[in-house]
Amino acid sequence: MSLQDKDRIFTNIYGFQPWNLKSAQMRGDWDKTKDLMKRGQDAIIEEIKASGLRGRGGAGFPTGLKWSFMPKEPRADRPSFLVINADESEPGSCKDREIIRHDPHKLIEGALIAGFAMRARAAYIYIRGEFIREAETLFAAVQEAYDAGLLGKNAAKSGYDFDVFVHRGAGAYICGEETAMIESLEGKKGQPRLKPPFPAGAGLYGCPTTVNNVESIAVVPTILRRGAPWFSSFGRENNKGTKLFQISGHVNTPCVVEEEMSIPFRELIDKHCGGIRGGWDNLLAVIPGGSSVPLVPAAEIMDCPMDFDGLKAVGSGLGTAAAIVMDKSTDVVQAISRISYFYKHESCGQCTPCREGTGWMWRVMERLRTGDADISEIDTLYDVTKQVEGHTICALGDAAAWPIQGLIKHFRPELERRIRDNGALEAAE
Amino acid sequence: MADAPQIPDEAETRARWGAFAWTAENAAKAKAVIARYPAGRQRSAVMPLLDLAQRQVGAETQTQGWLPVPVIEFVAAQLDMPFMRAYEVASFYTMYNLVPVGRYHVQVCGTTPCLLRGSDDVMAACKNRGMIKGKTTPDGLFTLTEVECMGTCTNAPMVQINDDNYEDLDFDRMAAILDALAAGETPKAGTQIPGRHTSEPEGGPTTLKEMVKANHDYRKEW
Repeated sequence: MSLQDKDRIFTNIYGFQPWNLKSAQMRGDWDKTKDLMKRGQDAIIEEIKASGLRGRGGAGFPTGLKWSFMPKEPRADRPSFLVINADESEPGSCKDREIIRHDPHKLIEGALIAGFAMRARAAYIYIRGEFIREAETLFAAVQEAYDAGLLGKNAAKSGYDFDVFVHRGAGAYICGEETAMIESLEGKKGQPRLKPPFPAGAGLYGCPTTVNNVESIAVVPTILRRGAPWFSSFGRENNKGTKLFQISGHVNTPCVVEEEMSIPFRELIDKHCGGIRGGWDNLLAVIPGGSSVPLVPAAEIMDCPMDFDGLKAVGSGLGTAAAIVMDKSTDVVQAISRISYFYKHESCGQCTPCREGTGWMWRVMERLRTGDADISEIDTLYDVTKQVEGHTICALGDAAAWPIQGLIKHFRPELERRIRDNGALEAAE
Repeated sequence: MADAPQIPDEAETRARWGAFAWTAENAAKAKAVIARYPAGRQRSAVMPLLDLAQRQVGAETQTQGWLPVPVIEFVAAQLDMPFMRAYEVASFYTMYNLVPVGRYHVQVCGTTPCLLRGSDDVMAACKNRGMIKGKTTPDGLFTLTEVECMGTCTNAPMVQINDDNYEDLDFDRMAAILDALAAGETPKAGTQIPGRHTSEPEGGPTTLKEMVKANHDYRKEW
């Protein structure tokens, strides 16, 4: 039993058909949006809660619940804002890009409905700077919606005034963190804020703000059209719905594909990715949810359900559902070391454990890659990851620590072998 | 800060860029950008205006563009914010070039998903043409930078050159793109695998096959 095409939300995900408003409407977008909004703000939030939708940006927080934290009656001098996180920068992730460039009207319609439900005045879509052509499409799609009366005053004839603005980033992974994104939107360096206050209390311009991922918002109109029971008929308990998976690395045909949540890893790969390069016996390990989550060795991932709880049970996480697959030809230490370099590069420099720790961890990882280290340094490195983890304002410190912890947990014998071989080489010289 | 950019000579830069002002077209664009943010919050426009300014510098110099200090001062003044607040934004985000770059800014992604699919070969194709990481070629044509994940991982390895992505690369495909650019041609952007459209599996989609030929409306099957 697998997901049928009629139950896929993003029907133009590959862009075989035009993204424009007319084509999108023929696929069902912006169909009686007014009637969906007429159900009322609380009813919409309840429906999303009932659907079991959990945030698609990585943390998996229930979307409907998040919206319910927003003030029911915003003050005139403190309007509420919806900020949509399109700063897709997590290594392995490339789903929001496909939504934006091929199905942007799902996102824009979702922005109106979600913004209305949480009583926001406007939405800002923060798109990463490197998505240059994608941003051009998004600007044009928003303009189409304005021209058709779907946004602005009396949006979609609903009686509700709502604006959608696009804001381009300029190359900083950290701006995907919600409070850094807000800082960046205010025209500052993207350095995360301490919480509390949480954005729902004081976010953009000090006003109540909810930050949601692109995919979380773009699925909302379809959930309302088809009903919460339809969405929650997919996936296991607590892991409901359909999901865009992105499979990169050593599979035969890497791709983005929408599948049922909780699909077993093996089925996902065999069905859409042409299997593992060199066959299943050649699989070494998988980073299942984008670079921030620990890798999972082949034996544990093969039949694991791809959802929040399934991957948590094997010591990792669903993250953005971006699976980075590594076969046995991979230098796994180099693969993780390159991720360490990424975090060193992207640390915003605000917290000392992260600013100093990411560079230190990368330098040690590079020595472990060649074996130019002492065996005791493996434990020292592990200890340092624990010093960084949980001691920073945002989760970048954790994200830098976890891949290394995963490597040490599953590949310590390989690290030790390299150190021994290198030592033997030096002794021979 | 050993890897901080060496900001070009102040006097020279000021002589060349001290009188920077928007073109008529960009002045209108800048006004539209500022209007996206609430009154009194015009500072939010600093990122889009720095980008606009960099593009204008690029157009004037036939390069990808960069941000000389007087240009950053100009943007800060436009938004009624201290120069230093604008400068710290310009120096925080990687897409603002604080030093001049070439006609084509070749940004090779080297993060793990691209690494696994052969980004070293893409980098080698660049070096084979005499490009050096962090440097501009003597003819001013190419600047080579290794960048972090560009969000195109199912089409790895990839490179972004100015405003376009080139995806599903290998050594030969990358060499062909560089040759085409050097010859003044515009290579086809996106995936370089013949027959592949975007991020569907190579060889054709495994789902939503009706969509390939027509704008199929699946609602009839709900």
